[in-house]
Amino acid sequence: MAKVVFATGNDVSTDVIYPGRYMATVLPSETPQYAFADNKQFNAKLNDGLIPSGSIILGGKNFGCGSSREQAVSALKGHGLVIVAKDFARIFLQNGINLGLQTIVCPDIVASEGDELEITSSEVFDKTSGRKFSILPLPSARQEIINAGGLIAYTRKRLREGSAAS
Amino acid sequence: MGMTIVEKILARASGKASLKAGDVVEPRVDLAMSHENAALVINQFMEIYEGISRVPKIWDPSKVAIIFDHRVPAESPKTASNQKKIREFVAAHGIAKFHDIRGDVGGICHQILPENGYVRPGFVVVGTDSHTTSHGALGALSFGIGATEMASVWALGAALNVEVPGTIKVNVRGKFRKFVGPKDLILFLIGKISAEGANFKVLEFHGPVIQKMSTSGRLVICNMSVEAGATAGIVPADEETRRFLHDEAGVKGRINVVESDKDAVYEKTIDLDVSDLESQVACPHTVDNVKTVRQVKGTKVHQVVIGSCTNGRLEDLEVAARILKGKRVAQNTRMLVFPASARIYTQALEKGIIGEFMKAGAVIMNPGCGPCLGVHEGALGDGEIALSTTNRNFKGRMGNPNSEVFLCSPAVAAASAITGVITDPAKGAN
Ligand code: SF4
Repeated sequence: MAKVVFATGNDVSTDVIYPGRYMATVLPSETPQYAFADNKQFNAKLNDGLIPSGSIILGGKNFGCGSSREQAVSALKGHGLVIVAKDFARIFLQNGINLGLQTIVCPDIVASEGDELEITSSEVFDKTSGRKFSILPLPSARQEIINAGGLIAYTRKRLREGSAAS
Repeated sequence: MGMTIVEKILARASGKASLKAGDVVEPRVDLAMSHENAALVINQFMEIYEGISRVPKIWDPSKVAIIFDHRVPAESPKTASNQKKIREFVAAHGIAKFHDIRGDVGGICHQILPENGYVRPGFVVVGTDSHTTSHGALGALSFGIGATEMASVWALGAALNVEVPGTIKVNVRGKFRKFVGPKDLILFLIGKISAEGANFKVLEFHGPVIQKMSTSGRLVICNMSVEAGATAGIVPADEETRRFLHDEAGVKGRINVVESDKDAVYEKTIDLDVSDLESQVACPHTVDNVKTVRQVKGTKVHQVVIGSCTNGRLEDLEVAARILKGKRVAQNTRMLVFPASARIYTQALEKGIIGEFMKAGAVIMNPGCGPCLGVHEGALGDGEIALSTTNRNFKGRMGNPNSEVFLCSPAVAAASAITGVITDPAKGAN
């Protein structure tokens, strides 16, 4: 069970999650300090360790739209955040899967900041409101990457198997 | 059952006889593009090879393109060091399609690829940049991916687990009014279907307006398809594509094109008539917050920006220069022009366009992304408003979350630079 620490609106862009001016910072070990950098309050809480790992960001529709910058994913992952949203922008979702950020697609979710959510493989249960919302399963092809432990491990596996394109 | 262009391209690239939307494939990649974020790609690429006993090797260096554009010349030691690291990697791996910071062959990736003939109809193009959708203008399937996915492409030569996207057909007919063009069309469409109206889909553009449109204009509509959430935008390649590739990109030999089958299956069809379309403006802070220029006219602008991978091409500069000719940029408004590539800069110089801009009081910047993503020049002050021909107006996009960005065509930008307030070019700036 974990708490919704930040409920965003729709169309949260990667410019908001990870502002462009920090894009020269690329290493997953260094990006987390700039997560939501323009939201001074939330960013300070993250960096001061006041947000426990496993906490939930509740997104609206089209979470992670805009730039393909992968820092937006590695920054959130670095803080151990879980993203529950009505839906995600394509590249963000894919980057999330590739890097192992937990991205939960929950089309009908209605919840508020502070709510305690319990996430199973098929649904999100809001303990605070007592409501349940079903989760949209990921396409099976994507599941393979997750099962391998992310795209780097999956690509390694493919290289070992010698199944590269010719 | 017939196939759409994208289904055909993916079928060919993944060795299948036929495909339909929703199938999952591993297409071979014809061109893999990165910019300065190649620094992260290199990092992930090296990590793939850690722990397996192989030497890191790019599957086919001739299919990799790296272009420096986001922060040129470097604004910080960190960026300069990233660029240095990339240069060393490029040399070590024999990547020939490398465009460094140069006044002859440099520029923004989404202009460098088309103008050098790197993209051909029917190609599968991936790029670590969301506006990689631009190259659909040449009849290719071109989409953005993340850096780790690119590292995987460098290793394997294929994109893994690509779901064949469904296609929305957009038919455009009518005739543009004066000062109205491709940018207004795509802003209007995004406003109509919303920032996620084409999520996970391809926008395939058809109709007489598209057929008559230059490749430069087609690049605008495909570039911004991603702002409606589209995986890709695509214009079927035709005679104009051949003309562009032969005459402007110096491509020799036959150019084959891919077309949709007559009985291809589309998710839906959107019909648009542009005859009554007015100039459009996307208002802060989302690209789909689109209004007509009349609805926002009179809004004070502190900075006008003309350029980017959307509207930094010769055609765009020409339109703006024609409006600015003999006029001056308003007091308390600054105007920044950044051509999309060194080649365009030179052409604009030769045509006298750069001189017109300078006489009007505009500042000409070196080709590159410039202020578009708010990292190293042209930042806005608190409470300031920019009017820009770029493609994104998200909060903080131009480097300051306490500023606002409006998006428009080059004609609206130029007319507004003269008055200092948002102005309809059709009504004229006096
Ligand atoms: S000009 Fe702007 S949108 Fe285009 S590639 Fe550069 S930063 Fe991205």
